[in-house]
Amino acid sequence: MLNTYEIMETIRMLEEEKLDIRTVTMGISLSDCADSDGAKARENIYNKIVKYAGDLVKTAEEIELKYDIPIINKRISVTPISLVAAASEDLDYIEFAKTLDRAAKEVGVDFIGGFSALVHKGMTEADKKLIKSIPEALAQTERVCSSVNIGTTRAGLNMDAVAEMGEVVKKCADLTADNGGVAASKLVVFANAPEDNPFMAGAFHGVGEGECMINVGISGPGAVKAALTKVKGEPFDVVAETIKKTAFKITRMGQLVAKEASEMLGVTAGIVDLSLAPTPAVGDSVARILEEMGVEVAGAHGTTAALALLNDAVKKGGVMASSHVGGLSGAFIPVSEDAGMIEAVEKGALSLEKLEAMTAVCSVGLDMIAVPGKTTADTISAIIADEAAIGMVNHKTTAVRVIPVPGKDVGEEVVYGGLFGRAPIMKVSDYSSSDFIARGGRIPAPLQSLKN
Amino acid sequence: MSIYSRRERKIFVKAIISVIGVDQIGIIAEVSTLLAEKKVNILDISQTILDDYFTMTMLVELDSLEIPLEELKKELKQKGEKLGVSIKLQHEDIFRSMHRI
Repeated sequence: MLNTYEIMETIRMLEEEKLDIRTVTMGISLSDCADSDGAKARENIYNKIVKYAGDLVKTAEEIELKYDIPIINKRISVTPISLVAAASEDLDYIEFAKTLDRAAKEVGVDFIGGFSALVHKGMTEADKKLIKSIPEALAQTERVCSSVNIGTTRAGLNMDAVAEMGEVVKKCADLTADNGGVAASKLVVFANAPEDNPFMAGAFHGVGEGECMINVGISGPGAVKAALTKVKGEPFDVVAETIKKTAFKITRMGQLVAKEASEMLGVTAGIVDLSLAPTPAVGDSVARILEEMGVEVAGAHGTTAALALLNDAVKKGGVMASSHVGGLSGAFIPVSEDAGMIEAVEKGALSLEKLEAMTAVCSVGLDMIAVPGKTTADTISAIIADEAAIGMVNHKTTAVRVIPVPGKDVGEEVVYGGLFGRAPIMKVSDYSSSDFIARGGRIPAPLQSLKN
Repeated sequence: MSIYSRRERKIFVKAIISVIGVDQIGIIAEVSTLLAEKKVNILDISQTILDDYFTMTMLVELDSLEIPLEELKKELKQKGEKLGVSIKLQHEDIFRSMHRI
C-alpha cells in the first residue's frame, strides 16, 4: 500500500498548495464545416461543437469527484476560423464568432479559442477579413478568444500583419472602454504559435491535429514554492532537483486526468502542457517561486536566471511524467494573473523591459500587461515585433497580450476580477516607433531556420 | 450513476480514505461502522500522528457500494464534521500516479 506520508503529500499539494488542473481543453477540427453559404457553415460549426463537446463539462466534473482534483476550466479550441470561413462569401466573420459563443454557452465551457488566423508569411483574403473582424467579434461575444500568428522561425516576421495587429489591439480596447478594454485580454499575437495549446486566450486546434483531441494544462506554482521553502539556502543544483521532482508529480496528475478524460469521452488524448500557470490567488504565484530562490522582489537582478532555471527544471521533471508533452510548456509570467507579479510592478521592481528579458527564457511572452490608454497602435506593434523577434531567433513561442486601457495611465490600475485578476498600468517608452512600423514587408527568417 | 469506465468495473475499484484531525476516542470505530453500513470493504488501515495531527489512511474497495459515490463522499464529509476531522475519499490512482513510476 501507499504510505501515509505519500498520501498526505498529495493531499497537502491539493489543499494547501493550490495544486489543480488548470484546464481540460477539447480541440475540435472544424475543417469539414466549411460551406459557401456562411449561414450553413455556422450551423455546421454549432452542431459539431455541441455534438463533440456536449459531455465535456460533465466528464470533467466526474473526474473531479473521483480524484478530488479541482479542474478549474473546461474549454474548447477549434480550427482557425479564417480557414473554415474562407469558403463562405461573407464579407466579415463576426457572425462566426457569435456562433462560437453560442456553442460555448450551450455546452457550458468558459472559453472557446480559435477565432484565429495564421499569417506569418502572408495573408489570404479570409485572413484579412478575420483580422478586421476581431475587435467587433471580441467586443460582441463573451467567451470567444482570438489569436493571430504573425511570425515563425522558418518564415520570419510578417511586419504588415504586425502593423495591423497594433491597430486591432487598440480597437479591441476602445470598443470595450467601459470594461477596462477587456476585449484586448482575449486576443493573443503569437510568434511560433503551438497548434495544441490548451491555454487561453491563445488556444486553437491546428491543421496538423486530429478530428477531436483532449489537451490538458496543469498548474501548481504553489506546490513548487512550498517544495523550495524546504531547501532554503541550498545550492542551485538542489533547487533544480527539487523543482524537477515536484514538476514530475504535478505532471503525473495532469497525465492521469488527460488519460481519464480522453477514455471517458472516447476522444484521442493529445498532450499535457507542462506550464506552471499562476492565478491571482495567494500562494499560486510564479513570482513567489523566483523570490523563494533569493531575489528580493521579482524583477530584481537575477530574476531572469532564476526563471531560466525554473523553466528548464519544470520541463525536465515533467517530460518523463507524460507520454506526450506539448502546448506552451514553460512557466507563465502573466502580470495581472499573478499576485507576486502585481506586487512587483507596484513596488517599481518590475518593468516592461525586464519582463521582455524574462520572456527570452520562458514561455510565453508579454502576457496580461496593462499599458496606458494613450499608447499608440505603432508602439503596440513595435512591442509585438520585439517579442516576436525573441521567439523567432530562439525557436520558441512568444506572445503579446497587452491591454491599452482606455482613459488610464501609469499609477492607476484596472481590475478584471476572477482569473484575469487586476493589473497596474505599466510604463511604455515615450519615444516613437512609427517610422519603424510604417516600413511594412517581412523580416526574413533568421539563419537558424535553415536546418535541413 | 457510476463514474467508472467499463474497463475498470471488471477489476477492483480501490480508493483511499484519509482522515486528518485532532485525535479522540472512537474515530476509527465511527468511520469503519459507516463504511460497513455502505458495504465498503476495508483492505488496509494505517494510522499515525503527523505534525501533531491524527492521520489515518485506509485502502478500501468500492465494488459492492450500492449508493452513488457522490452520496458516500457526502456522508463521509458529514461524519467528519461531526467528529471534527477532515475525511476525504479519492480514487487510489491519483496517489499511485504521483508516487509510483
